[in-house]
Amino acid sequence: MLLTVKDIHKTYHTADGPFEVLRGVDLTLHAGETLALTGESGSGKSTLLHLIGGLDAPDQGQIQLIGQDIAQLDDNGRAALRRGTVGVVFQQFNLIPSLRVADNIAFQARLAGQHDPAWDATLGDRMGLTAQLNKYPEQLSGGQQQRVAIARTLAAKPQLVLADEPTGNLDEATAAAVLDLMLELVTETDAGLLMVTHSADLAGRMSRRLHLRAGQVA
Amino acid sequence: MTRATLQALLSHWWRNPLQLFTLLAGLALATALWSGVQAINAEARASYDAAAATLGEGQYDRLVRRDGQPIAQSTYVQLRRAGWLVSPVVQGRLDGVRIVGVEPLTAPGGIGPVAPAEGGDITAFLSGEGQLFATAETAGQLPDLNIIVTPEAAPGTAVTDIGVAQRLLDRTDQIDSLIIVPGQPKGRADIEAIAPELVVIRAQGTSDIGRLTDSFHLNLTAFGLLAFAVGIFIVNGAIGLAFEQRRPVVRTLRALGVPLRRLVVLMAAELMLFAVVAGIIGVGLGYVIAALLLPDVAATLRGLYGADVSGTLQLRPAWWVSGLVIALGGTAIAASAALYQIAKMPLLASAQPRALAMAAGKRAVVQGILAAGLLGLAGVMMFTANGLVGGFTLLASLLIGAALALPIILDRVLAVASRTAQSVTGQWFWADTRQQLPGLSLALMALLLAMSANVGVSTMVSSFRLTFTDFLEQRLASELYVRTENTEQSEALIAFAQGRTEIVLPIQNADVAIAGQPTEVYGARDHATYRDNWVFLQQGSQPWDTTFAGQTVLINEQLSRRAGLNVGDEITLQGRPFVVAGVYGDYGNPIGQAVIGEGVFGMLYPDVTPRNYGLRMDPAAVAGFVANLEAETGIPAVQSVNQANIKAISLAIFERTFTVTTALNILTLAVAGFAILMSLLTLASMRVPQLAPAWAMGMTRAQIGKLELVRAVLLALLTAVVALPLGVALAWALLAVVNVAAFGWKLPMYLFPIDYARLGLFAVLAAALAALWPARRLARTPPADLLKVFSNER
Amino acid sequence: MSVRVLIFVVLWPMAAMAQGFAGLGTDADGFSVPEPNPQFSFPADHGAHPDYRIEWWYLTANLTAEDGTPYGLQWTLFRSALAPEEGDGWTAPQLWMGHAAVTTPDAHFVSERLARGGIGQAGVTSDPFEAWIDDWTLEGDWDRMRMTASAPDFAYDMALTAQGPLIFHGDAGYSVKSGAGQASYYYSQPFFAIEGVLQLSDGDIPVTGNAWLDREWSSQPLADNQTGWDWFSLSFEDGDKMMGFRLQQTDGKNFTSATWITPEGETTPYTDGALKATPLAVNNADVPVRWRVELPDRGLDVTVGAINEDAWMTTSVPYWEGPVTVTGSHAGIGYLEMTGYE
Repeated sequence: MLLTVKDIHKTYHTADGPFEVLRGVDLTLHAGETLALTGESGSGKSTLLHLIGGLDAPDQGQIQLIGQDIAQLDDNGRAALRRGTVGVVFQQFNLIPSLRVADNIAFQARLAGQHDPAWDATLGDRMGLTAQLNKYPEQLSGGQQQRVAIARTLAAKPQLVLADEPTGNLDEATAAAVLDLMLELVTETDAGLLMVTHSADLAGRMSRRLHLRAGQVA
Repeated sequence: MTRATLQALLSHWWRNPLQLFTLLAGLALATALWSGVQAINAEARASYDAAAATLGEGQYDRLVRRDGQPIAQSTYVQLRRAGWLVSPVVQGRLDGVRIVGVEPLTAPGGIGPVAPAEGGDITAFLSGEGQLFATAETAGQLPDLNIIVTPEAAPGTAVTDIGVAQRLLDRTDQIDSLIIVPGQPKGRADIEAIAPELVVIRAQGTSDIGRLTDSFHLNLTAFGLLAFAVGIFIVNGAIGLAFEQRRPVVRTLRALGVPLRRLVVLMAAELMLFAVVAGIIGVGLGYVIAALLLPDVAATLRGLYGADVSGTLQLRPAWWVSGLVIALGGTAIAASAALYQIAKMPLLASAQPRALAMAAGKRAVVQGILAAGLLGLAGVMMFTANGLVGGFTLLASLLIGAALALPIILDRVLAVASRTAQSVTGQWFWADTRQQLPGLSLALMALLLAMSANVGVSTMVSSFRLTFTDFLEQRLASELYVRTENTEQSEALIAFAQGRTEIVLPIQNADVAIAGQPTEVYGARDHATYRDNWVFLQQGSQPWDTTFAGQTVLINEQLSRRAGLNVGDEITLQGRPFVVAGVYGDYGNPIGQAVIGEGVFGMLYPDVTPRNYGLRMDPAAVAGFVANLEAETGIPAVQSVNQANIKAISLAIFERTFTVTTALNILTLAVAGFAILMSLLTLASMRVPQLAPAWAMGMTRAQIGKLELVRAVLLALLTAVVALPLGVALAWALLAVVNVAAFGWKLPMYLFPIDYARLGLFAVLAAALAALWPARRLARTPPADLLKVFSNER
Repeated sequence: MSVRVLIFVVLWPMAAMAQGFAGLGTDADGFSVPEPNPQFSFPADHGAHPDYRIEWWYLTANLTAEDGTPYGLQWTLFRSALAPEEGDGWTAPQLWMGHAAVTTPDAHFVSERLARGGIGQAGVTSDPFEAWIDDWTLEGDWDRMRMTASAPDFAYDMALTAQGPLIFHGDAGYSVKSGAGQASYYYSQPFFAIEGVLQLSDGDIPVTGNAWLDREWSSQPLADNQTGWDWFSLSFEDGDKMMGFRLQQTDGKNFTSATWITPEGETTPYTDGALKATPLAVNNADVPVRWRVELPDRGLDVTVGAINEDAWMTTSVPYWEGPVTVTGSHAGIGYLEMTGYE
């Protein structure tokens, strides 16, 4: 089992008082499996993704990733997890604007100490970014930027890819193309994919689908 | 990981060279201001000290012959054999260079030639042809002599062994003065019994000239401190901006797995690297500033002391060190706050403008509490602060509190304005300005600090100048000052002055302790000079009448503050009671001072004979008087000081200070303007989506651009309004708290509304200039870009 | 500070003297050199010998106050020549250095004077004899003498009366200092009775005791590899006296020499190896202030210990000089001088 999530709770403290975003969520994911996480705005799907990605820590519950309970990790441990084991694709791309496309793609792999120039070249080629490698992110269209972000994630060969509305900022045609590519590459690298989306169409392309409602699996 | 992270961090600067330039320029500018002022200060002091040390003047008591003739060498040996530890000095001029001969084996520490160069020939120094120590400049004037070049030598002076000097000056067996070495042995006979022709000249105390020297150095020191303070603000602004701009990248790096601690360490290292680079540039710049200003300062000192002061700048290692320490220390202070924020910043906060505003909203609450607390503290300290620590705490809480309060004040003002707005455009303008505030607040804070520092510095320097001019009128009222070496000269002077001057005012004083405070008591001759010119901080009725009558005493502010004495209190001198009739300002004097009438002074201190005289006469007659005095009485012109010259020179110092202040003002405003430009440029890309709806609803791009410009000017204007009282408060804290703590006297504060108005205008102009380019860019945004906002591909 | 540096460099011959005579051992630079079988002529030889590089008049005294408190006293005049001539005026190449000290059981007062020769500020005349620097003097006919010194924190005025003859060390006053043959002229008057008044900050203290005056001059007294010395002048209760020194060498070995002096003034010289001096304990500045001193030929095996361990001479050439007590096979008092421990 790649990922086992058990009874996860998370409460955020807002100006209006505490707000329990997740109220006991369970899920599992195998290597090579793709899972769509759907739900209304505020249903807690992004929060769940962040917890699994080690961007935040749950208040309660277990997140077993390759046999390790990441809920127990400290700040440094979570940073190491984000570097090596997990790759996150953000809705906002979160590219480093001062680095060229090629350097952005190589960046996370270099952080993880797993830089493979040949694999970078393959990714750039498959993502159709060969002509853009020497450009800066701001010179790229949104679709191109998201393809760079996906390439950056996959370049580090993570065992689990997390994507938070990766195509939310893209038009439908572009979104479909980008998603296809991502699915193809995830399958090839035998990684697991967990994707937050509110598009039923996109969710339908995944091997499984999990719907969250008010912080619980519906 | 470190390499990749460092590359990502540094790439930001290569990609945004303008930001890099701002940061480096800010740091370098701060360092330059500091090291430049320090350089001038150090050079002036070093030159003066070298001159003083060479002669032993001002440091040690000396013996000279009453009749001004040279002392026989045998008298020196006689004194030594009687147990008097004295060291001979002979001096004279050779080819325009002052030759000073000292005896290195008996001279007290700090006198005489500096450490000889490696391998210096000691036998040659003490015997044979001899060796002289001089600067390279001076060495050039004495081509035929064996000169060891050293930058530590006094300008225009060559120091050598006394035997060599006697031979070069053709003064065999002659000595000009004997330095009395501190720490004399037990049981030696009186000088009077050994060499009755000799008289002791006491170490130069605080004469009127000495007090001017002190004030000049004080002025430079205060200026150095202010330069430092302003420098720290600039560094803080530059670094704060740099960090603000990189927040999103920091989040991304952390999301990709760079541990927080590593990131903070790397960012700190990166900043320190910049600090070193900027520090080196800054010291270099400071050197240039100092080199440009130094010739005037040197000329000033030469005029003031009649002593040679080098007009060229020596690069001293101490500046490099202090300059780099300032750059690194300033960066560390500024960066620690910014790094702390980075460390505390939640990983997940999104970089979206709305979220930014919300996070800023939360921050605003904390900021508001902090600002209120600091300003409250400053308010309390205004009345209670004493001591240097208190003074600087007051300054710090005032400045930081005001800076933190600025965004809140602006936000409130804008909120009120938007409620009163009539038109839709107006409402949109105010609301949009409010939304922009968080992004601009740091730049506006920098502008606030720069402006208030400018107001503060100008107010302080101008107040100092006004006060000092009055003080000069008071203390240097006589047209001519003459110093005499002995009683014969004094008598000759008084006889010669008869009929040629309005009055001769002897300047005589005795060292006493009043209420435990070291104090100089002066005996003043009844004359309008005192009545007309002295300004009292506190006074009883007719203070001069009762003082000249021998009933009362006038004391300076230092003594009044330290001993807690006020008008009406009583002190005793030699067992005789005096009532304090007045307290006067005595700027720059480190110790207490008291003035009593000449008659009663003579009774209480019969052993004191005046050696300085102030002479009142027609200013036009001064030059002729001095020439005739030398011709008829042999009192050399160097013993006379023309008061008009001193005043002119002193004012020249302040003019110079003003030049530096003006340069400083322009520089700080330029940097603040730069900060605004940077912020606006950074915001510009985020602005397109916000402006597109306004455009879509019918505003032209030119209108939008114009409004952008108006917005910048408006914000600068509002900031200026806040900066004015802050600057005045700053000046007040400097003059009334810090100065009192440091020097024991308070400077009266004057206000300069026209200067402030001009400063405000400059600030608004700087902001407008900074906003011009971003506004033009916005006005020329292609419609396609605006349309994109509404398309899917946002 | 600058002047101190200058003084130090000016006085490098003196500095060298205390630090192992570096540079003096091999090259006498036109100076005269001591020869064996000296023929002394008095009072002329009590005076200065400007053609030798270095010379001293060195008096130490063990004193006792009326209440029994022991005191030590030093009066020294060094002459150091830059060139082998007397000269006149400021260019005279003779430099003079005076050291005076008073040691009490818990305090040590030091003063130093420096002067140029040639102008009358310092010097030595032989007939009548007077050695002086500033107001410090040692004068008289060597049977009866007067000695004064003053400093900000002490002063003394002493009368000396000789109770025995002059003593000549080594081979009739030719004292060998190294295996390579470096030597000096060296004689002493160890039989002075001394009395006078010490002026300290607490007041005037009348004292009496014994004084030992050393005369020594040379131009290259030490070998290259000698770094300092330990010098003992001991007076035993039975009336015998001993002068002994140990020269420290860089090779770890020592060169020793001694003179045994009977109460009548008969002397027995001892060459290298006869005297053994071993440090037993050091003070907090690492200077050995307790010694075992052995001269088997005389059955001597004593412990020599400082009365005040902190008798450090803070002069431009620093060294240790102070009174000692002697216990063991022989009991007595004396003076110890140690150089090369900086």
